[in-house]
Amino acid sequence: MSEMDASIDKPTELVKLPKKNSFEAVARILKYSAVKLVMLFLTVVVGIYLTVLIANMGGYVDQIRRAQIREAVALTVRGDRQFTLLPEEEREARMNEMIAIEEERLGLNQPFIVRSFRYLGNALTLNLGFAEQMTSDSGSKQVRLIILERLPTTLVLFGTTNLLLFFLAITIALFLSRRYGSFFDRMIIALAPTSAAPGWFYGIFLILIFAAVFKVLPFGGMVDAPPPESPIAYGLSLLKHMILPVMAILMSSIFSSSFSWRTFFLIYSSEDYVEMAKAKGLTSREIERRYVLRPTLPPIITSFAFLLIGLWGGAPIFETVFNWPGLGRATFQAIGFYDTPVIVGITIIFSYLLAITVFLLDFIYALVDPRVKIGEGGSKA
Amino acid sequence: MNVFKRAFKELFQYPSAVAGLVIILMLIAIGIYAMVSIPYGEAIRLWRAGVGVWDENPRTAAPAWINLFRANDLPESFVFDTSKQPELKTVEETSGMNKYTILFTIDYPYDGFPQEIVLYFTSNYVEKQPHVGMTWITPDGREINMGSFAIGYNESWYASQDSKLQRKLGMVPQDGLFANPDLDTPVALEGTYQLRVDAFTFEADSNVDVKMVLFGQVHGLAGTDHQRRDLMVALLWGTPIALAFGLLAALGTTLTTMIIAAIGTWYGGWVDGIIQRITEVNLVLPFLSILIMIGTFYSTNIWLMLGVTILLSIFGAAIKNYRSIFMQVKESPYIEAARAYGAKSGRIIIRYLVPRIIPLLIPGLVTLIPSYVFLEASLAVLGLGDPTLPTWGKIINDAQGNGALYNGYYYWILEPAVLLMFTGLAFSLVGFALDRIFNPRLRSL
Repeated sequence: MSEMDASIDKPTELVKLPKKNSFEAVARILKYSAVKLVMLFLTVVVGIYLTVLIANMGGYVDQIRRAQIREAVALTVRGDRQFTLLPEEEREARMNEMIAIEEERLGLNQPFIVRSFRYLGNALTLNLGFAEQMTSDSGSKQVRLIILERLPTTLVLFGTTNLLLFFLAITIALFLSRRYGSFFDRMIIALAPTSAAPGWFYGIFLILIFAAVFKVLPFGGMVDAPPPESPIAYGLSLLKHMILPVMAILMSSIFSSSFSWRTFFLIYSSEDYVEMAKAKGLTSREIERRYVLRPTLPPIITSFAFLLIGLWGGAPIFETVFNWPGLGRATFQAIGFYDTPVIVGITIIFSYLLAITVFLLDFIYALVDPRVKIGEGGSKA
Repeated sequence: MNVFKRAFKELFQYPSAVAGLVIILMLIAIGIYAMVSIPYGEAIRLWRAGVGVWDENPRTAAPAWINLFRANDLPESFVFDTSKQPELKTVEETSGMNKYTILFTIDYPYDGFPQEIVLYFTSNYVEKQPHVGMTWITPDGREINMGSFAIGYNESWYASQDSKLQRKLGMVPQDGLFANPDLDTPVALEGTYQLRVDAFTFEADSNVDVKMVLFGQVHGLAGTDHQRRDLMVALLWGTPIALAFGLLAALGTTLTTMIIAAIGTWYGGWVDGIIQRITEVNLVLPFLSILIMIGTFYSTNIWLMLGVTILLSIFGAAIKNYRSIFMQVKESPYIEAARAYGAKSGRIIIRYLVPRIIPLLIPGLVTLIPSYVFLEASLAVLGLGDPTLPTWGKIINDAQGNGALYNGYYYWILEPAVLLMFTGLAFSLVGFALDRIFNPRLRSL
């Protein structure tokens, strides 16, 4: 009986508590976030170090760089008349000397362990070096600039899609949990298995239908070519190009998300305290907001976090299918050019993006999870 | 094992799961058929498409069955070869000169034109080259002189390259030879066409053979790609590869994840702490990017990819789910009993902890399979598929690379895509049903 009392009282208390000492609550959230941030930073450091290790596994990258140095030196030597006049052996010796100097300058003569930490430092400070083949649109060969130029387009596409996905799925889930067993409910259950296919897969079908057969929407890309001058026309063109990619991601994720979140809602609305609230005569709106949505949000946010992480991971192929000029497509191009620094750089940026996603969701988690506010020990999401 | 028997019986109460199971069985049957009918080495040889493997196939030809849905039928390919069909060739011997008459009869009930007509002449002679003349006889009785020329030992004639004939017909020869002269728009005249090759040899032992290949616009059940390869090879062989990759990856990931979660929960303390930290690090590692990196730098061998996939997925999100379940199981009285009789940790984990979670794990395992099937396809679409193996993803990759959607070769993408979709859907349907059977909390919802 005492347990039941607690479960009845808890939610009401939770709503009141922050009002009493909201300052303390804010301080707790800040502290929680700060601790999380530090932990996450350490995680990112380890993650990026692992990425660096994988990228250098077997000394493959070193091999490429040594070969590049040799080629560059050979080119200078061949172009210089003073060298061509020298006897064969001496020229060889001078060349080796120059190669040694260059390798020392780039730190290739140090043991790998030492270098790996320098690479880590460079990666953390986004000092990503120079691309071998690719250039940014402004013509720079700096990997950082290539990446920074493409990052906003990726963020525009995935940001819009994910916000839309989150709110649409929550609305549908709430709607379905209210009409449990209705036609729509059963339809979503039946459609949920279709989420086994990733977004790019639906993308191909959508392109086939709307671009190839009906010719109403573009095959891919971000804006018309040439890009419209006026901002309004530019925006409209952007919107037109975003319809299919957004639809593809929605198709691949919305049914299973709505289905599983609806199930969360149903589980939480069968709790005793909800029955109690009904008995008290609260309106169904109030019950939904206070007693169903509130405790369901943390697990929903966790599941959304994993969904987001999955979507980030799928960006290279998704953007390739839609020809979207973002980071993912840059990855694909870098594979084609065999451009090592760019591939490594993008991998590092993606781990940053993942880390930021995890942190933001942790922060939101702290805002919505009552246990974090009261300070019953940091919940480990 | 009673649990599984009961679960299996219950599964048949879900029509969707039955449909899924039927599809899975069909896929397995296709896989076995593929491996039996085209041995592994043969499949790889065919897919590598060396010289002489697919020479008689048209390029990017749609499957033959699309004619069922079309108002104007597209032609299939025809191949005639006098060295294999000697009855097509008659000889008239005269002094110092032999006349061979070669007659190819083409039954042509189609409205579309062929892609190309090629004649390969082979002859043997010592000094004097044989001479050939070609005549085209249409169903309405017109005789078109296609020209004549002397031939060497190996000579080939391409209809599309014959500019003289093109000027004569007023359009490209492979269209002009078949076009109905009464119509303004070019449509082929249906009926029986004949190509007569009159070959004259001027030496006693001199001989002439002709092979005619009429490249159609449709081919077989699956169609062909830009390298004239029959897509059927990759569609068939893609099945066992996709199933094996999906199943092995899902099985490997789930089992190792579960055992690691069990060990972490059982020992607790720093062991659990390390596992938790690794899981967090793994969360920020960009999975596909790392696979791409490994694929680009080292090797795109499918088994290496499988290994890396499993390695990167072991410390995934699932570990937290298993952990929370193990936490509950760990406190159960029967575990305490096991501890009381002196069971060692390893024994408790393998004999008592793990079996309890297996029913909960099966739905997850089945729903994981499609995601790995699609992962293999994703890598192939990015150009990182195994270079030797014919897989569904590689067909999509080729199709994308050759602008299949843009150029209207829809079959090229749709065939592997439909197979992928069926595979994904089948496992997903069964997985969803299993989830409801094994998670009683979901059953009523």
